[in-house]
Amino acid sequence: MNFLKKSKLSTSALRDYCSFPLVTVVFVLITILNNSGKLNKSMQGLLVPVCCYIVMAISLNLTVGIMGELSLGHAGFMSLGAFTGVVTSQSLIGSVPNDTLRLVIAIAVGALVAAFGGFLIGLPVLRLRGDYLAIVTLAFGEIIMDIVNCLIVGHDENGLHLIFNFTGEKTVADLNLAEGGTAIIKGAQGAVGTKTIASFAAGFILIMITLFVVLNFIRSRTGRAVLALRDNRIAAESMGVNVMKYKMIAFVLSTTLAGMAGALYGLNFNMISADKFNFNTSILVLVFVVLGGLGNMLGSIIAATILYILPEALRGLADYRMLMYAIVLIVVMLATNNPKVKNLFMKIIPKRKSKEGGAAQ
Amino acid sequence: MEFLSYLISGLSLGSVYAIIALGYTMVYGIAKMLNFAHGDVIMVGGYISYIAVTRAGLPGWLSVIVAMAVCTVLGVIIEGLAYRPLRSATSLAVLITAIGVSYFLQNAALLIWGANFKTYPSLISGTLKLFDNKLSIPYVAMLTIVVCILIMVGLTLFTSKTKMGKAMRACSEDKGAAQLMGINVNKTISVTFAIGSALAAIAGVLLCSSFPTLKPTTGSMPGIKAFTAAVFGGIGSIPGAFLGGLLLGIIESFAKAYISTQLANTIVFAVLIVVLLVRPAGLLGKYVPEKV
Repeated sequence: MNFLKKSKLSTSALRDYCSFPLVTVVFVLITILNNSGKLNKSMQGLLVPVCCYIVMAISLNLTVGIMGELSLGHAGFMSLGAFTGVVTSQSLIGSVPNDTLRLVIAIAVGALVAAFGGFLIGLPVLRLRGDYLAIVTLAFGEIIMDIVNCLIVGHDENGLHLIFNFTGEKTVADLNLAEGGTAIIKGAQGAVGTKTIASFAAGFILIMITLFVVLNFIRSRTGRAVLALRDNRIAAESMGVNVMKYKMIAFVLSTTLAGMAGALYGLNFNMISADKFNFNTSILVLVFVVLGGLGNMLGSIIAATILYILPEALRGLADYRMLMYAIVLIVVMLATNNPKVKNLFMKIIPKRKSKEGGAAQ
Repeated sequence: MEFLSYLISGLSLGSVYAIIALGYTMVYGIAKMLNFAHGDVIMVGGYISYIAVTRAGLPGWLSVIVAMAVCTVLGVIIEGLAYRPLRSATSLAVLITAIGVSYFLQNAALLIWGANFKTYPSLISGTLKLFDNKLSIPYVAMLTIVVCILIMVGLTLFTSKTKMGKAMRACSEDKGAAQLMGINVNKTISVTFAIGSALAAIAGVLLCSSFPTLKPTTGSMPGIKAFTAAVFGGIGSIPGAFLGGLLLGIIESFAKAYISTQLANTIVFAVLIVVLLVRPAGLLGKYVPEKV
């Protein structure tokens, strides 16, 4: 406890910087468990998706918690990252044989495309406020899903072939692929036959990068401007903070991270369709963020991990597991937000604090 | 003739959206919350009516009343158990709770009625043929449009003339002031939820009569679309929800017919985005300037 008192770090800074060693320790533990064969197949299958959803939760927390705008279409950016990542990786199989290098390139391209998408969508969206902003992000999420559903992409020696199948009549044959060419995205079927190159270690590194970027961003000059806009837009604006510019920076950063998570996610499965990134996925990530605590990155990590594994852990309840999940969700929200329950906690917590203070003296 | 028949099917679809959107908009206007579980109440309404017709052998019109009664009770229970304790919480907390309720209803339906879709027996079959069979209008479509107009007129009269309607408008303006004037705010919100849920039951029956597949996720997409319609017309405004729903249905129907079936939703949402950029509070919404 003395360490806490001497350091000048605030509790939130301490909590934030604790998340680096914590994530590392958990990663090492799980790797040891995995190598000694203690994890079953279904748990192994969850490792990479959990990492992706953790990155998604941190990224959405940047939009919802730090920027203070509700986004209901975050899965759309994940989708952009996933499909560009898959296309990049699949078309580079010949020229870049090294899996790790290809994964890095795919994630980078996925991030770039998602960043560009975030910029385009941010232009109209960030001019709106509150619930209107939320509904427009929802609309964009659905639009991205529909458009990806219409894409047919293939690759052969002449490069990439792409057709936009909006009449619903075109098939892979219309790509006119040369001999030895492969179809990468088959319209509504999604990406099929992807060579899976994602790994748990890559997921861990992605989480660390995300944490590093986001935590430093919040403490930068730009981050402080974004926080000021969240707390009082009018006051911040009158102090000369450019609303559109700073919101755009935060939003594009958030979508870039979502794109990275998406690319890793897409390269973890043999086949993946655009429907995977629908409204429900956006909501799932939003639930992680809200239950983890707005602006609390460590909270997002913990909530994403527990809630993503929870349905798996509840598998014993068979058909009742999603019902239990819903009830847990409602009860947690009621318990943490009802003023009566809150007061009950408030009565307990100050007592404990004063006791600790007394002990230290 | 083709154009007319697309217009009528658009109007009929739009009427369903409008009825659902009325429920969204009334709840939003008073409780200032996005009730994401509204779409699932529609699904419950559809199932109750289905069971009443197929298992209990009730006539169609009676099954609608049973569905309305069950959904009204359900709506009031949801409001009392899940939303009322959070009256003073942030809107995000209420939103997540609504999502929890939505998951709950979907999965409860999955457990009770199974994952296989049910084929809803149409309440009214047959079509009206006009102009030497060139134009055929299903009776269901006509009924849907008429019911929607009746509901719209009824709600407008209710909110402007009756005591409870005035209480609702007072609550949506200022809850604190309304309470000081002796209005029971909690009761008013409960009544709003009851009306919204009863409307959802009607919408569920009409929706299933036009698109007769019934499964636990039936209500999600119409729910999202109707929510879009409510925002489109200006959320919180009753005529706005009506107009937004009808326009959304017509745009969707035309987009499907003339542009692309695959991209119909994209076109609907794109129109929404353009409208919100031009009129940030929706078509008929009030723009409230921010005071410093």
